[in-house]
Amino acid sequence: MQRYSALALLKQTLQNHKGWQPQWRDPEPKRAYDAIIIGGGGHGLGAAYYLARKHGIRNVAVLEKGWIGGGNTGRNTTIIRSNYLFDESAALYDHALDLWEGLSQELNYNVMFSQRGVLMIAHNVHDEQSFKRHVYSNRLNGVDNAWLTPEQAKAFCPPLNIAPGMRHAVTGAALQRRAGTARHDAVAWGYARAADALGVDIIQNCEVTGIDRDASGRVTGVQTTRGAIASRKVGVSAAGSTSLVMEMAGLRMPLESYPLQALVSEPLKPIFPCVVMSNTIHAYISQSDKGELVIGAGTDAYVSYSQRGALHIATHTLEAICELFPIFRRMRMMRNWGGIVDVTPDRSPILGKTPVPGLYVNCGWGTGGFKATPGAADLFAHTIARDDPHPINAPFNLERFGAGRLIDEAAAAAVAH
Amino acid sequence: MLLIPCPYCGPRPEIEFAYGGEAHVVRAADPRQVDDAGWTEFLYFRNNPRGDHAERWRHAFGCGRFFNVKRNTYTDQIEASYRIGETRP
Repeated sequence: MQRYSALALLKQTLQNHKGWQPQWRDPEPKRAYDAIIIGGGGHGLGAAYYLARKHGIRNVAVLEKGWIGGGNTGRNTTIIRSNYLFDESAALYDHALDLWEGLSQELNYNVMFSQRGVLMIAHNVHDEQSFKRHVYSNRLNGVDNAWLTPEQAKAFCPPLNIAPGMRHAVTGAALQRRAGTARHDAVAWGYARAADALGVDIIQNCEVTGIDRDASGRVTGVQTTRGAIASRKVGVSAAGSTSLVMEMAGLRMPLESYPLQALVSEPLKPIFPCVVMSNTIHAYISQSDKGELVIGAGTDAYVSYSQRGALHIATHTLEAICELFPIFRRMRMMRNWGGIVDVTPDRSPILGKTPVPGLYVNCGWGTGGFKATPGAADLFAHTIARDDPHPINAPFNLERFGAGRLIDEAAAAAVAH
Repeated sequence: MLLIPCPYCGPRPEIEFAYGGEAHVVRAADPRQVDDAGWTEFLYFRNNPRGDHAERWRHAFGCGRFFNVKRNTYTDQIEASYRIGETRP
């Protein structure tokens, strides 16, 4: 792997940048691998990377039906935070946050992780009670989160409108200072480059069409549009398409897939210092390093795989943005798109083994999968390598629905769904 | 935005409606006969197809009535709407 550094940049500058190598290979699929990951997003590529680096399993393929990072990894609003209510979730998302902090150095790839703080705005008594409960619960779990008055919130985020005459006045805010954003594409590319350097084959334009099993029911490989590939371990990391992939192994999943939208404005000079979210009037916003305002809207009400959402959903969010930040009222939006998110009944992910031996699943992240990328990838690799979940992801098993041990994070998930 | 044909009021914009989830999910006639697996399926598992999907909608800002819609989840095309109790087309 060609290492990136200031010195390497200087050297390439002197050679007119003609010596840069491709960041990963474009290999033909082999006949067999020790492990296969279905889905080349951040979670899948990261799982392949950790399998190779931490568990010594380097004969691994990542199968991606389109291009890597082209699904929800490239479609989200890049928000990273860990202020979830329950002990299980706090441990899961804080594990991810720990890994985010060292990720650029570990991958030798600038993922532009920026801990600029996430401000969650309260608009009424119910919000205040709910957010304060989160703040106290987070503190008990060692997760940073603090309660701010409207004036303190405005000091932290000057564009915020806290005028009492607003239809939904700001009554306070919860601030996680350790939270922030990262460049989503760089996360996929950084993991792909690092995994490739360790021997992982990243195979794009390769759609899985079937999952092979032997007489005992154990997984033996997959059928793809580029031929059959054998493997005794298959990890599914396919986000909105998970139900369809798992059906190939005869498994029904407690998931429903919905379109979730985001949009970006024309680029601006730096104006917006942090991430602001409002669950109640439903908007979230930050500014990318390119200068665009990155705005997250809601999910459509109905199950769909269309990868585009209805305009009235985006309109609703922009109305909220205009009220919270009157300064942006004349901004024009440049692009609007949708991704398909897989939502579980308790809004917590499913990360673990399945009833089919050799088949593992990482899904159900709903509207909040990006923030968990390094943590989920690390734990998924652990689960696949040891055939046993890590204590952090053990509670997020598929059996919890039948057992009644739900991890109900509906209030922590920012998008009402 | 979908244009949803209410069987009582005719085609109306989606914002007049509330989504009611998958249609034809039937609660067992005798709950005492249902085992844990059956309850898990009834409470938590829904069809999540890429293709035809039967679903309930309620004309919340119109006649207020529930009805069923058959929609393709990939194209979002609505193929039929029918009243509660009518057989699935």
